Amino acid sequence: MKDAFVNRKYMVMGLIIIAAVALIIRLFIIQVVKDTYRLSADNNVLRYVTQYPARGLIYDRYGNLIVFNQAAYDLMVVPAQTAKLDTITFCNDLGISIEVFRERMKAAKIYSRRAPSVFLKQISMETYAKFQEKLFTYPGFYVQPRTLRKYSRPVAAHLLGYVSEVDEALVKKDPYYKTGDYIGKLGIEEAYEKDLRGRRGVKIFMVDVYSRLKGSYAKGEMDTVAEHGSDIISGLDLDLQEYGEKLMQNKTGSIVAIEPESGEILALVSSPNYDPGLLVGRVRSENFARLQSDTIYKPLFNRAFMASYPPGSTFKPINGLIGLQERVIVPSTEFGCSNGYHAGSITVKCHSHRSPLNLVEAIAISCNSYFCQTYRRILENPEYSSISEAFDKWKTYLNEFGFGKKLGSEFPNELNGVIPSSAYFDKLYHKGGWKALTVISMAIGQGEIGTTPLQMANMTAAIANRGYYYTPHIVKSIGSDHKIDPRFTVKHTISIDSINFESIIKGMEDAVNGGPGATARGAALDSIIICGKTGTAQNPHGDDHSVFIAFAPKDHPKIAIAVYVENSGFGATYAAPVASLMIEKYLRRRITNKPMEQRMLELNLIHKLTEPKIEKQRTYLEGD
Amino acid sequence: MIVMGWFNIYAAVYNDEHGEIFDFTQRYGKQFIWIIATLVLAVFIMIIDSRFYLFFAWFIYAITMLLLILVLVLGKDINGARSWFEFGPISLQPSEFAKFGTALALASFLNNRSNDLSKLKVIAPAVGIILFPALLTSLQPDLGSTIVFFSFFLVLFREGMSPFIFVSGLLMVLLFFLTVLFNNVYLGIVLIAIAFLMVWLSTRKWKLLLTGLVTMLFIGGILYTLNYFVIKSLGNETILVITLLLSGVAYAYYFYTKKAITLFVIYLFLMGSVLYINSVDFAFNHVLKPHQKERIEIMLGFKTDTHGTGYNVNQSIISVGSGGFKGKGYLQGTQTKFKFVPAQSTDFIFCTVGEEWGFLGSLVVIGLYVFLLIRLIILAERQRSNFSRIYGYGVVSILFMHFFINIGMAIGLVPVIGIPLPFFSYGGSSLWGFTLLLFIFLRLDAGKTEYLA
Repeated sequence: MKDAFVNRKYMVMGLIIIAAVALIIRLFIIQVVKDTYRLSADNNVLRYVTQYPARGLIYDRYGNLIVFNQAAYDLMVVPAQTAKLDTITFCNDLGISIEVFRERMKAAKIYSRRAPSVFLKQISMETYAKFQEKLFTYPGFYVQPRTLRKYSRPVAAHLLGYVSEVDEALVKKDPYYKTGDYIGKLGIEEAYEKDLRGRRGVKIFMVDVYSRLKGSYAKGEMDTVAEHGSDIISGLDLDLQEYGEKLMQNKTGSIVAIEPESGEILALVSSPNYDPGLLVGRVRSENFARLQSDTIYKPLFNRAFMASYPPGSTFKPINGLIGLQERVIVPSTEFGCSNGYHAGSITVKCHSHRSPLNLVEAIAISCNSYFCQTYRRILENPEYSSISEAFDKWKTYLNEFGFGKKLGSEFPNELNGVIPSSAYFDKLYHKGGWKALTVISMAIGQGEIGTTPLQMANMTAAIANRGYYYTPHIVKSIGSDHKIDPRFTVKHTISIDSINFESIIKGMEDAVNGGPGATARGAALDSIIICGKTGTAQNPHGDDHSVFIAFAPKDHPKIAIAVYVENSGFGATYAAPVASLMIEKYLRRRITNKPMEQRMLELNLIHKLTEPKIEKQRTYLEGD
Repeated sequence: MIVMGWFNIYAAVYNDEHGEIFDFTQRYGKQFIWIIATLVLAVFIMIIDSRFYLFFAWFIYAITMLLLILVLVLGKDINGARSWFEFGPISLQPSEFAKFGTALALASFLNNRSNDLSKLKVIAPAVGIILFPALLTSLQPDLGSTIVFFSFFLVLFREGMSPFIFVSGLLMVLLFFLTVLFNNVYLGIVLIAIAFLMVWLSTRKWKLLLTGLVTMLFIGGILYTLNYFVIKSLGNETILVITLLLSGVAYAYYFYTKKAITLFVIYLFLMGSVLYINSVDFAFNHVLKPHQKERIEIMLGFKTDTHGTGYNVNQSIISVGSGGFKGKGYLQGTQTKFKFVPAQSTDFIFCTVGEEWGFLGSLVVIGLYVFLLIRLIILAERQRSNFSRIYGYGVVSILFMHFFINIGMAIGLVPVIGIPLPFFSYGGSSLWGFTLLLFIFLRLDAGKTEYLA
């Protein structure tokens, strides 16, 4: 039969072909033209799992391990895979309460039911060993190893710093870090973070839509291996450090010991301190908060380079050196002393001793009068047109010694200290309104001067070296190629002739080993010649601080040290014996003067921190 | 016919292999049972006398319609739609069977009336046969099946229905999307401009055109000013509609005196379109359910919600797109293997093809479907009986709709409408449905030498 509409079959066919062409065009665009979809598919399926490298180890100068890594275990959970479990046994095995269990489980479920999340962070080795045996009975739980810091001895917390999880602010700022990464804070851990952290690796896995792992991508060919962080050999003498901390137990203050010929810090004690092990693992944040809130003992406060004191009489060798270099005195110059220095209305008291004295004797006996007159001559030197010019010249020498500025060690939070300039006094007294006598207290290291123990130890090292120093630093060498920051190998030479140091050093030798009147005889050792200088840092809030600087042996010095014992009075009383014990410990590795050691170990001055503070008004200046 | 049979089996086997990869054995096993059952069914179909289908067409239609009604009452809710019967482990979807039932009924009805489709008394029952199951499936609701039933209009078109209706239908669909996309005031203005352009094309009288335009602008201007200063409550759309109505009154005289039928028709078209877009706009914003609205919006690119409704489409496009030119290789599709695409064994089966076989594979699949469809048309055209031919076109329409919408949605060309890809997707009902459709036609073809009508 005839069909009038037979040609419409072509239209139907045409429609089908048009539709098919539309599909093919669209397919061509998304499959061949654009490659964004392939990337999206990769993003869907690939998971980059970070491989955490082991952090570099820290050794002392003799190769003793100070800081190493211990394994810790994060217990992970995938809520969707968990089965019914005996909550009480589970909690007992882990040592957590049922409330904690419920809370963590809820948090994990909120995060994702199918992706793993941390259930319990940093389980100790012991707990893990016990728990591991039962782990198979708890489906949905597994353990991911991580490393934590461990310390061979509970010492040097301030020097070492600690390791914590990186905070969110830094994650945003530094693309290297990701949430959950560890980062060094303070001390060596922070200063050498880049060396210690090593290089993260990454393993690429494929996951399904529920984030379940489905095997490695491209058979692991694209994975990178984590690189172990560089080990660090510090200049620290671990035994000496430990001994110093023992000596400073129950006292407030600090010890800084430096090897003069290299600038390496041998020991750095700040007391009160804390066990670095407190800031490891799960207990870290809790302990940190506790340490931070301790406003009486301030255990986190590193006095060695964050506390500024007036140096007191330990400053006299410097003024003597400047006097010699400026040729306003010679070693044989003698000045009289009548229980002090009297000029006009000003009196600087001194203790009774024979008079007059030459420079060596004045250092050994610590005569205030001698250095007031020397200082006056420095400032009234006719070589300079004004006192301001002479004062600034004096300041230049001090800056060369590293005062009034950061020394540039690895610790960025070093304090500058204070050395005023002439401009400061011009402003205070108006230009021309001040003279040598106005600032005479600085002759004996008091008044406007502020120095840190680190700066004092550095000064001592510079004296021991007869005129130069290396920036104090904690690290001896890094990694296998032993590189070290070049700034620590630059010799800082002070523009004082080395010959001028000899009489000052002789004075310091006599202060320890001299006859009657020598201020630090208690520090003397039988076979080692210690050169030292006592000092008293004035403390407006309580008893004065005892200060002692020393180096030994006199020839080819191996150690320069500065000791501060707060609230303990004269430098000779406590600081000098501590310094002496430290020097003997370092040079001889044993102690001969057992009674003195016993006395220092038992000394307890810590109660002074809790005593009510007295604001003292001083009517005159005094030395030792 | 042998080629078709071979193709069918090939397609089924193809499906089989895929089922094994991305589905757990249970599903694969089930599908295997369905395939065996399908083969048995196919044999049965081939054995039965071809006249059986003509004689029982209405009976089959009635049964399938009854099933559609029953499923509304007894069916099981799956994903918010009541479209499945459940007998133990086996689920049946009556809408799949309703498709071939409807095709049979339509063929039977038009068997002797195929050249009378311009008459209303023929068109109305034919449309009724189509719309009845469409209505029933939309009650489930199963939008996919509803739309598939509309594909039978293609059959009506082939059998002589005025292209006017067909074209207006397509135009309505086009206008619908334009309405969703654009502000309907602008759309209305564009339509008016087109109308005037048509007026000029048909009359070539500048004066007439200008007079009309000025009249309309004048009325519109007055209304706008009035609203701006006095009434203040009318929307711009309302003003446009009223302007058109009043202008129509003004033009009426001209239409009447000059007997300008063409212009009158253009005017009616314009009026109808403007009213239509406004009602679509209203329906879209007030009648459609939020998830339906969202699907349309996502398809049109208004929204890029990649985790809500758009997730399926987005992941599906990523799967297909990541396949590239040559594909990732058999079993190597990361998207499909790791289940990023939901419903990938049923509605989004094409993702697997696109991802693992790439552009080349997709081309082959589309090519095979086009070949099948064209082949079916040729087979239908060579039928001696109207019944067979019309039924053949019914098969073509249904397969075409499934093929285009399923692949189209997998690559983001059409909104997500859950219908399976013939012979590929997992699902016994659809496999059976398509087998019935196709093999009945093959049986009819085989019996074309026998006396039928």
